[in-house]
Amino acid sequence: MNTWSWEYVGDILPDLLSGLWVTVQATLLGSLVAFALGLVWALLLRSPSRWVTWPVSAFVEFVRNTPLLVQLFFLFFVLPGWGLTFDPLTTGVIGLGLHYSTYTAEVYRAGIDGVPEGQWEAATALSLPRRRTWTSVILPQAFRRVVPALGNYVIAMFKDTPMLAAITVAELLFQANSISATTFDYMEPITVVGVLFVVISYPTSLLLRVLERRLVR
Amino acid sequence: MTGALWELFFKGVWITVQLMVYSAVLAAVVAFGIGVARTSRLWIVRFLSGVYVEFFRGTSALVLMFWLFFALPLLGWQLAGLWAGTLALGLSYGAYGSEVVRGSLQAVAPAQREAAIALSFTPWQRLRKVILPQAVPEMMPPFNNLLIELLKGTALASLLSIGELTFQAKLARLSTGQSAQVYGIILVLYFVIAFVVTRIMRLLERRAKASIGRAPEKSGWFSRRLPVGGPGPQVTTAPGGKP
Repeated sequence: MNTWSWEYVGDILPDLLSGLWVTVQATLLGSLVAFALGLVWALLLRSPSRWVTWPVSAFVEFVRNTPLLVQLFFLFFVLPGWGLTFDPLTTGVIGLGLHYSTYTAEVYRAGIDGVPEGQWEAATALSLPRRRTWTSVILPQAFRRVVPALGNYVIAMFKDTPMLAAITVAELLFQANSISATTFDYMEPITVVGVLFVVISYPTSLLLRVLERRLVR
Repeated sequence: MTGALWELFFKGVWITVQLMVYSAVLAAVVAFGIGVARTSRLWIVRFLSGVYVEFFRGTSALVLMFWLFFALPLLGWQLAGLWAGTLALGLSYGAYGSEVVRGSLQAVAPAQREAAIALSFTPWQRLRKVILPQAVPEMMPPFNNLLIELLKGTALASLLSIGELTFQAKLARLSTGQSAQVYGIILVLYFVIAFVVTRIMRLLERRAKASIGRAPEKSGWFSRRLPVGGPGPQVTTAPGGKP
């Protein structure tokens, strides 16, 4: 029977906080990759050519329906074999970003669909070139609708970062595990990690709800 | 790839499916329990169920799994890996599911509730005979999504050394050294399971919708309809509704 020790918590906190910093980095960098790639998928999926949409949608569905953890293992063990050697964090960021880009693609799709038909027609009436229509008319309006939903995926990504521990990224869970491996005391490190997750993700989700009310309509 | 390896993989598939079914049952129980509790008239019931949802959605399923497996024994309970995995997945995906249940219950037309009151149904009869039959078909597409998320979540249990698919892949990789093939095959196997699950859920959705005289939504041959709010804290309320 173990008793909770605050002293122990105090001792391990610096290590856990350095893990938290790596977790935050992985989340933010992963989000950037996911936001950028998601937009690429969303635009490619609107292509009139079936030779573009079919492979892209097959890829998106495949990535979306298979576990992130296995994808991370795949990248971690296979990329070096292809001559691409990255540090674990970079591999993790690529994995997270790629996985979530298949979700953000759906968000962009909904955002673009939400732009009223009349806006397209107006752009045609002004004989704006295709590119200008996208960059000055459609996307600026779509982005407003998209921000809260993208924010939700940032939170989801944050909660998936513990998987990066499995590919030796020194994030929160990895730190907790390595502390526990030396002290043989799992209770405090893992509990603190769990609490840190709630403490960060819950206020962020409240903030997003406020943002949603501001931005949408 | 030799026969022995394939045997290893299929053993893994079997444990993965078991883990998925057990956690899905637990998640369904939690989802309906908490989802109905969140529409309760008593504020304390609503509050406590709300705390449950925010807590389990706020933390990471993997951290919860580790906590149940490594920290709980220190309190005197040792869970077998499979049960720690089931409990962690069931409790956290149940929290997501409860939002689906709550949203669908609230999306039932208020007049239906009033009609049931006018017929002097008891609250339990109201729920069972009027509200749920209309809410359940609405829940099917988001439940399909959650089930796939749950399936993907079972891979986490490999870190507790349960012999499911991802864990077997690790063994296969260590013995053959062929990472690309092993993990490629495993990814395809997960995709196949997800495909089968999606098909079964579509079938159930069609049946459920037919029973209340509606047609299922159109969708692609395989593609899932994702809620635009995302798997995180849902901002949108009514599932299947316009975001």
